[in-house]
Amino acid sequence: MWGQPRRGPWTSLLFAALLATSGQAGAADSKAFVEGECAQCHTLEKPAEFTVERMLNREAPDLYYAGNKFRREWLVEWLQEPKRIRPAGTYFGQNVVMGDERDIVPDDKLEPHPAYSAEEAEKAAEYLMTLRPYDDLIAEASYQEKPVSGMMGKMNFGKFKGCDACHQPTPGTGGLSGPEVHTAFARATPEFLFSFIKNPQAWEPRTFMPNPGLNDGEVNKLVNYLRFLSEE
Amino acid sequence: MRRANLMIGAVTAAGILAASPAGAEEPSGKQLYDLFCTQCHGVNGDGWGLNTGDIRVLPRDHTEKAEMAARTDDHLFKAIKHGGTAVNKSNLMPAWDANMTDAEIRRVVAYLRELCDCSAD
Ligand code: HEC
Ligand code: HEC
Ligand code: HEC
Repeated sequence: MWGQPRRGPWTSLLFAALLATSGQAGAADSKAFVEGECAQCHTLEKPAEFTVERMLNREAPDLYYAGNKFRREWLVEWLQEPKRIRPAGTYFGQNVVMGDERDIVPDDKLEPHPAYSAEEAEKAAEYLMTLRPYDDLIAEASYQEKPVSGMMGKMNFGKFKGCDACHQPTPGTGGLSGPEVHTAFARATPEFLFSFIKNPQAWEPRTFMPNPGLNDGEVNKLVNYLRFLSEE
Repeated sequence: MRRANLMIGAVTAAGILAASPAGAEEPSGKQLYDLFCTQCHGVNGDGWGLNTGDIRVLPRDHTEKAEMAARTDDHLFKAIKHGGTAVNKSNLMPAWDANMTDAEIRRVVAYLRELCDCSAD
């Protein structure tokens, strides 16, 4: 896992030697790094209580189930070159103001995400991927890869299911309160996407995504549409 | 130009004073509305939320007295719990039964009555 291409041969050798003598210390090190760098904004442990107040005051998305959600390679890449995922921030209410026509998020309101070196990103990903409190939910997700028609998928995500009221299926279209979904399939595993769409409250009881009340077949179509969007 | 609703300011201030006893509290109707509803219905409830730039059906203006007075509390409860389709309205109004308990939905209905400064006819 560690000897990744971006590092020079010497660093890799050094790393290999370090790992060989102290694999445990490596894991402890990546944990310490994440706790030191990320805990000021992100929740790394399952909250004792899921309250509305927590959602209103949360500064960043939870990472305590990161290992059940993300693709490792996406984490490593994104942490080096983070791009905005939630157009209005983690909880839009902290950032919106009344505009002349409708509520808006002022341009200068959202801070860019801190960027990390390749080594730091590897370290963070290594620890985050060990955070897996919801293996059971992932095991229940019955995603099946199937072809979709872009046209039908768009109608379904929009008109029929109303998902685009809060999510952007393509840049510049749709709603702004939820994470953009044209990059969702690159970020997260299909099993996570399936499970979250099927029952968002199983992941976050106070999430402001409603439960769409869909059966497995309907959920599967939506996840396949997200795959389609990521391939566009 | 949209006007900030002065009434709401007053109501909110009173609400905050009334709703902060010591200890873990139940979320107030306003807190629930802020978290779940303002994304579409707007921070002041006037129907012009963040998500309305590209939406197919405009969310209801909850500050519109006459329209809100024409709806009973039971109707509002049903629309919130089971979504727009349960009251022959757009599916863009989602069902919130998984996000809130019945008691919480009732507090949101009470808050809607503050927003419109009205009761059912
Ligand atoms: C200053 C606060 C802050 C710090 C420090 C911070 N983050 Fe973040 N992070 C955020 C915010 C805010 C977002 C939401 C960004 C968005 O949606 O565009 C975020 C998003 C993320 C995401 C995407 C989460 C998702 O569910 O979409 C990951 C992964 C992440 N951060 C990892 C990290 C790691 C790892 C560290 C430490 C090495 C870190 N962050 C440090 C504030 C922070
Ligand atoms: C009322 C707004 C709203 C609607 C409608 C909605 N969502 Fe969401 N969705 C959200 C929010 C907010 C989140 C972030 C949840 C969190 O972090 O707690 C989310 C998260 C997601 C995620 C996870 C993305 C990620 O990167 O974490 C997926 C996938 C998703 N929604 C798909 C859908 C689909 C499919 C529909 C339609 C059936 C839908 N959503 C309808 C608000 C909404
Ligand atoms: C995803 C956007 C969205 C969110 C979030 C949302 N609504 Fe709505 N709501 C709508 C739309 C759109 C309509 C208009 C439906 C129509 O006229 O066909 C509506 C209509 C309504 C109505 C009027 C029903 C009627 O009989 O005319 C009520 C009451 C209502 N919403 C309450 C709420 C409450 C309370 C919340 C939060 C718990 C909420 N809404 C969250 C989009 C939303």
